[in-house]
Amino acid sequence: MSTSLHVAVENEVWAALGTVLDPELDEPITDLDFVESCTVSADGVATVGLRLPTFFCAPNFSFLMVADAYDAVSAVDGVTSADVTLADHHASAEINGGVAAQAGFVGSFAGSDQGEAVAELDELRTQFFRKAALAGQDRVARPLVDAGVGPDELAVMNLGAVPPSADLARMRERRAALGLPHDDDAPLLLHGDGSRVSTAQVPLHLRRARLQRVGIETNGEFCKSLLQTRYAATAP
Amino acid sequence: MYEKDGEKYFIVDSHIHFWDASRENWKSGREEFAKGWIDCFYGYHQLGPPETHWDYEKYLKVTPEDFERDIFIEGHVDHAIFQSTYLLDWYTNGFNTIDQNSALLEKWGDRLIVNGRFDPREGDAGLKQLEVDARRFNLKGVKVYTAEWYEGSRGWRLDSPEAYRFLEKCQELGIKNIHAHKGPTIWPLDKDAFSVSDIDAAATDHPGLNFIVEHAAIPRIEDFCFMAVQEPNVYAGLSVVIGGLMHARPKFFAKVMGELMFWVGEDKMTFGGDYNIWVPKWQVEGFVDWQMPDDDAFTDYAKLTTATKKKILGLNAARLYDIPVPAEMQLETTAGETGAPGHELVDDTAGAQA
Repeated sequence: MSTSLHVAVENEVWAALGTVLDPELDEPITDLDFVESCTVSADGVATVGLRLPTFFCAPNFSFLMVADAYDAVSAVDGVTSADVTLADHHASAEINGGVAAQAGFVGSFAGSDQGEAVAELDELRTQFFRKAALAGQDRVARPLVDAGVGPDELAVMNLGAVPPSADLARMRERRAALGLPHDDDAPLLLHGDGSRVSTAQVPLHLRRARLQRVGIETNGEFCKSLLQTRYAATAP
Repeated sequence: MYEKDGEKYFIVDSHIHFWDASRENWKSGREEFAKGWIDCFYGYHQLGPPETHWDYEKYLKVTPEDFERDIFIEGHVDHAIFQSTYLLDWYTNGFNTIDQNSALLEKWGDRLIVNGRFDPREGDAGLKQLEVDARRFNLKGVKVYTAEWYEGSRGWRLDSPEAYRFLEKCQELGIKNIHAHKGPTIWPLDKDAFSVSDIDAAATDHPGLNFIVEHAAIPRIEDFCFMAVQEPNVYAGLSVVIGGLMHARPKFFAKVMGELMFWVGEDKMTFGGDYNIWVPKWQVEGFVDWQMPDDDAFTDYAKLTTATKKKILGLNAARLYDIPVPAEMQLETTAGETGAPGHELVDDTAGAQA
């Protein structure tokens, strides 16, 4: 691999890691500083080291991030094999071994003295997409509310009428993943079942959306502060 | 008691520990977990102001003298409530069992309350043990961990028939306060055994009991608030909320407080300082000085009054635990009263006024 190609592949690998989300926080692991190291060897072996805020971070979330990172990095052109590992975690051995063996969550914890897992994690991921889709309505609608748009208008507004933004694009993605309306004709404000929010329901719906966003973002702040504490100081 | 600007605050710290995480207590072969657990707590410890940080060795185990100074002498605390955490798998003598508190109880019995525990999966034997504990410690409250594993079971629900037997026994024994730990899930659970969905029916069906959800169910505060707004006997325990956010993430502390004030209300929130993750002193003093910021992002949120702070810091918990409050510090609060489920929403006092 030439030097310029090598650099290009490394950049691609980093970009691929940027598509991997912490499912609970709905943020890329690269923004969260969970990627401790990322290198690609001359023969295309990508080696990625991940880290998390605590020794006891939930193994189901942890597993999803390591497995998603493995899939994303493996799919990059020029990567011949991927070695993705999680450090300093109570289930590092199970997760790292299971991801390398493509064993799934249940397979990874088979026979583990940490306890066995009995189901894969699709439902968990869906549950957090639902939360992200609700929080997204606050991100997208709040600037409109601040600009004086009232419940009558908000209740009939469709996504096509909302100014484009990164938050809007993100909310469309989450809705698409859930099979909820997300094109230009889709309502801006949506119940969890995909139905439109009525004018009378707008104030409480927005309250719920904001609470959901505060919830997710507060979890993120906890994780960021704990990660900083854990890796800035010298562990005793 | 804490006094500031001529106002006197009666302080009830409703969530404290007195743990032994010393190396000698790390169970052989389980050292990695024993260390991992206390390291995790030490991470939280460092979210407090730098001048309050302790050396790691001191953090592992404090002495009764430390406790006395940190809680009663410097900490402004009038009454404190122990919540036990056993963790016998990792700590030879347990992390913080009821017995470890006994020396402190001998000396400070009139100001310390011990909460018990139950696990419905222990069946008749568990019911009997609860009776014994209730008589021995004059229990007014219990702490429950619904996500704990037990003989092949991966957690339990407060709204199950088995749990109802224990809740009814609690009522019979005069145990009024059910503290439910609803924190991050640790084990490889495919479902969330700390979900708050079981509180809803349990609270509706037991209007004579109070359900205090510790840590305001963070990391699922939204699920908690959506549920608590409909249940008059559900409370937000502020353990970790003040300690973990007020100093380290003030903007988010403001948002969380604003949401809790709206959905849960100032009569349904109780202070917990989480000793010895943190000492109560800076939390009490900081909270009395704290106010919702004036910037635009916070204009929808209620300001806190002196009365709000008095209720949260002690008067609400005093009502739940029948702790006598000197008349000069007493205020009216609806804490401990029974109301009809959902009345807050119906009366437009929450949720609908956005």
